[in-house]
Amino acid sequence: MIWQALSLQLGYNASLVAIGATILGIAAGVTGSFLFLRKRALVSDAVSHATLPGIGLAFIAMVALGGEGRFLPGLMLGAALSSGLGLLVIGWMLRRTRLTEDAAIGAVLSVFFGAGIVILTVIQSMQSGRQAGLESVLLGSTAGMLRSDALVIGTGGALVLLAVLLLRRPMLAVGFDSDFAAVTGTNVARIDLAMMGLVMAVTVLGITTVGLVLIVALLIIPAVTARLWTDNALRMVALAGLAGGLSAYIGAAVSATAPALPTGPIIVLASFVLFALSLALAPARGGVALLLRQIRFRRRVHRRQGLLALALGQPIHEPFTMALLAREGMARPDGVATEAGRAAAAKALLDEARWAALRGDPAHGLTASRYDGLTPIETVLTPDQIAELDRHLPRAQGVA
Amino acid sequence: MVNPLSSPRAVSRTDGVVATTPTPPPALEVGGLTVAYGEKPVVFSVDMAVAQGTMTAIVGPNGAGKSTLLKAVLGLVKPLSGEVRLFGLPLSRARDRVAYVPQRASVDWDFPACVIDVVLMGLHRELGLLRRLRPEHLARARACLARVGMEDFASRQIGQLSGGQQQRVFLARALAQSADLYLLDEPFAGVDAATEKAIIAVLKDLRAEGRTIVAVHHDLSTIRAYFEHMFLINMRAIAAGPVAEVFTSSNLQRAYGGRLGEAQVAGMQAADAAS
Amino acid sequence: MGAEFVALSLSPLLIGVLAAVTCALPGNFLLLRRQALIGDAISHVVLPGIVVAFLLTGRVAALPMMLGAAGAALVSVILIEAVRRTARIEAGAAMGVIFTTLFAAGVLLLEQSDTSGVHLDVEHALYGNLESLIWLDATGWSSLLDPMALAGLPPELPRMAGALVIVALAIAAMWRPLAIATFDEGFAATLGLPVRAIGLALVMLAALAAVAAFDAVGSIIVIAMFICPPAAARMMTDRLLPQVMWSVGFAILSAVLGYVLAGYGPLWLGFANSVSAAGMIATVSGLILGATMLFGPCRRRAGIAA
Repeated sequence: MIWQALSLQLGYNASLVAIGATILGIAAGVTGSFLFLRKRALVSDAVSHATLPGIGLAFIAMVALGGEGRFLPGLMLGAALSSGLGLLVIGWMLRRTRLTEDAAIGAVLSVFFGAGIVILTVIQSMQSGRQAGLESVLLGSTAGMLRSDALVIGTGGALVLLAVLLLRRPMLAVGFDSDFAAVTGTNVARIDLAMMGLVMAVTVLGITTVGLVLIVALLIIPAVTARLWTDNALRMVALAGLAGGLSAYIGAAVSATAPALPTGPIIVLASFVLFALSLALAPARGGVALLLRQIRFRRRVHRRQGLLALALGQPIHEPFTMALLAREGMARPDGVATEAGRAAAAKALLDEARWAALRGDPAHGLTASRYDGLTPIETVLTPDQIAELDRHLPRAQGVA
Repeated sequence: MVNPLSSPRAVSRTDGVVATTPTPPPALEVGGLTVAYGEKPVVFSVDMAVAQGTMTAIVGPNGAGKSTLLKAVLGLVKPLSGEVRLFGLPLSRARDRVAYVPQRASVDWDFPACVIDVVLMGLHRELGLLRRLRPEHLARARACLARVGMEDFASRQIGQLSGGQQQRVFLARALAQSADLYLLDEPFAGVDAATEKAIIAVLKDLRAEGRTIVAVHHDLSTIRAYFEHMFLINMRAIAAGPVAEVFTSSNLQRAYGGRLGEAQVAGMQAADAAS
Repeated sequence: MGAEFVALSLSPLLIGVLAAVTCALPGNFLLLRRQALIGDAISHVVLPGIVVAFLLTGRVAALPMMLGAAGAALVSVILIEAVRRTARIEAGAAMGVIFTTLFAAGVLLLEQSDTSGVHLDVEHALYGNLESLIWLDATGWSSLLDPMALAGLPPELPRMAGALVIVALAIAAMWRPLAIATFDEGFAATLGLPVRAIGLALVMLAALAAVAAFDAVGSIIVIAMFICPPAAARMMTDRLLPQVMWSVGFAILSAVLGYVLAGYGPLWLGFANSVSAAGMIATVSGLILGATMLFGPCRRRAGIAA
C-alpha cells in the first residue's frame, strides 16, 4: 500500500495531491532557508497562526455573499490579509515599543490565534453543522482535497519558486550582511518585505495540506537540515528545497493510504527524520564528525603542551596529558621523555620559537594571524622563509 | 623578569611570572591554561601569577584572549586544560573573595531595575534567598554608590544612565561585594573622562587598602599612569612584570605584530621616550 | 441570576483567572530573558507529554499527565539546547525544529490511539474547554459554605489553585537569584549561583503552569498569558516587582473580561450562542497589550542609547 502510494499508483486524484504537496514542500524549503539565513525563522510561526482570523472572516464573508464558504482561493486571500496585518503589527511593536522580537512574535501569534478561535465558534453557531471541515486548516488534511485545490497549491508553489529564482541574489545579500547590502544599494526593507510575502504565500498555500499549526515546520526544518550539509548558501537553498519536497511527498503519499493519518504531522515527522539523520551524519557539521574533531583537537592541545613541558624539563601535572604522551611513546609513565619524545619536544619548542619570531615581525602580519598554537610553521612558510626566520632567532633555541 | 614564553608548562604550582615572596600565596595563579571556542584556541597554554595587593593590566590586541582569560579564571568558560588558583585555593572555595565587573555591553540595560537594585545584587551572599533587606544593607549600598560619585542616582532607572554612569554602577556593585580580588573587563571602554578618573581613583584606593586589581585594558597611553604591573598576551603570554620593565616597544611589537594602530604606536613612542 | 451565576459561571471564571495568573507569573521572567517563545514551545509539547502519559497509564488522570507534560517540557528544552549546540544554529530555529516535531508526534499518537470516550483531542488541546467546567451541585452563593456542594466542584479548580500556589511560592523563594541571573548571568555565576539550574527551574515552573492551565484553557491561550500580561506590564513600570504586580492585574482583567464577553457579548449583540471563552481571553489580553503599547508610560526603551 505504502509502496503504491509512493509510486503514485493510488489513482489520479491522490497522485495530483502528492505532486501538489511536493511542489509546496520545495517552495517551503527554499523560502524557509532565506528566512533562516536572515535569522528570523520563528517569524513564520506568527505568520501561520495569524492566518486563522482571516480564514474565518473570509468564510463568513463568502457565505454572507451567498457563495461557497470553503472556496480555497477566497480563504487564502483572507489568510494572507490577516497574516499580513500580523506582520505589520510585529514590525510596529519592534519599532515603537521596547519589546523584543520574541515577545512580539509570541504576542501576535497567540492573540491572532485566540481571535481566530472566537471567529470559528461564531461560524459554528451561525452555520450549524455545515462548517465541519474548516477546522482541518489547523492540522491539514488532503482527504477531502479537490482536484482544483491541488492545482491551486501546485501552481502557487511554482510561482513562489519562480519569484525566489528572480530574487535570490538580493535575498542572499540581505541574509548574509544586511548592512553591507544596504550600503551597496539594495533596498533592504523592500527585500525583507518580499521575503515575508513569500513566507506568507507558502503558509497560505500550505494551510490545507499541512495545516497552519505545523506549516512552520516545513519552513524551518528543511532549511536547518540543509545547513548541516553545506556552507554554500545557494547549495543550501537547493538542498532545503530537496528536503522539503521529499518530506512533503512522503507525507502526502503515506497519508493517502489511510484517511485517519493526518497529512501535516506525517510531513513534519518525515522532515524531522531527514534532519535527525543529517544532524548525526553530516560530514562537516554533523554530531559524530563534531565529536571526533573535538576529541582530536583536545589531544592536539594536550600533546603540544606536554611536549613543550618535556622540552623544558618541567613536570606534567595534568593526568590526561601524561597518559597521552605515554600512550604515544613520547614519555615513560614516570614523566621522563623517550628518545622519540625528546625529538618531538625539541621540534615543538623550535616551532614555538619560530612562531614567536614571526609574530613579532610586522612583515608577517597576515601569516601571524594564522597562529593557533598548534599549526606547524612548515605549513604556512616555505623552507626559504623559515631559514630567513631562523637567522633572527635568539641563538640555538631548543635545537639541542 | 622571567619571560613566560621560555617556560611553557602544563601546570604551574611553583612561583609564577611576577616575583613573589613564598608567603602569602598569589591572589591569582594560572597554569597551562588553554581555552578554545570550537577548534580555535583563544588562550593557549598561559601561565600567570598576580601577587596580592598589586594592580595589573591585561594588555593585548583585539581578539588576543584578554576577556576570555578573565572569564576562564572566573569559571565562566570551561578551559580545555590548565588550572586556576585564587589565594592558593580552587575557585569554588574562593568565590567570596572575588568580585567581577563584566563588560558594560554584556547586559541588557533595559532591565526593569533602578541603580540601587543593581548595587544590592553585590550583597547577595549576605542577603541570600530570603533574608530581609535591612536599613544597614541599604546604607552600605548607598555608601558604595557614594564612592563612585553616584549617590544622587540611587532611584534612577538603569536604562537612563550614560555609559560612564552604567560603568560606575557596575563598579559600585563590585564594591558592595567587599572582595579581596577585583577582576574588571575593560572598565574604561566607552566611558567619559570624568568617569575614567573616578574609576581609577577608586581602584587606587582599593589597592592602597591591600586589595588586588586585575583589569583588561586596551589603552596603551594610560598604562604607565594607571598600573604598576602588566601582563601582555596574544593567545600566548608574551611578557609579564612591572610596567617599567615590560612596557617596551619590542614587547609590544611581539604582542601586536603587524597590527599596531596609530594609538598603539603613540603609546610605544611614549614608552620609548620614558625609558 | 445568583444561583445560575454560581452554578454555571463562577467556577470557569475562577479557573480562567487562576490559569491566567499562573502563566503570567513565570511569563515575566521568560519575557525579560528573551525566552518568550520557550513558552510557545512548552505549550506545544505539553500535548505529546499528555498523550504519552495517557498511553502508558491508559486513563486520563491528573498526576501522570502532569508528569508526562513536565517530562516532555524537559526533553524539549534539552533537545533544543542539543540541536542549537551541535548544529550551531540560532535558538529560534532550534526551537522551531523541536517543538513542531514533538507536537506533530503528539497529534499523530493521538489520532492513532483509541481515545474515544476520554476527553482528549487536538482541538481541545489547542483551545481547551473552559465553559464546560461548571459546578452542577451549586444552588446559589450559599453553596460556597456547603461541604457537600463544594465536593462537587470541578477538579480543575483545586488543581489550578494548587499550581498557582506552587508557582507563586517558588518564584517568591527564587526571587533574588532569579532576578540577578536574569539581569546578568555572568555576574550571577561568579557569585556561585547555579545559573543553569535557575534557568531550568524557571522552565519547569512554566511547564507546570502550562500543563495545569492547558486542560482548562488550551495551549494557545497559555502562550497568550505567558506573554501578553507581562509585556503589557512592561509598558507600565521600570521596576521588577511592580511589573509582576501589573502583570497579575492584567491577567485577572483579561480572564474576567474575556470570559464575560465570550459568555454574554454575543447575547447582547443578538446572537443565540456564546463564543470560545479561551479565545476571547487571549483576544482581550491582546487588546490590553495594544492599549498599553499606545499609552503606557514606559512603552519606549529607556534613555540614552549606549
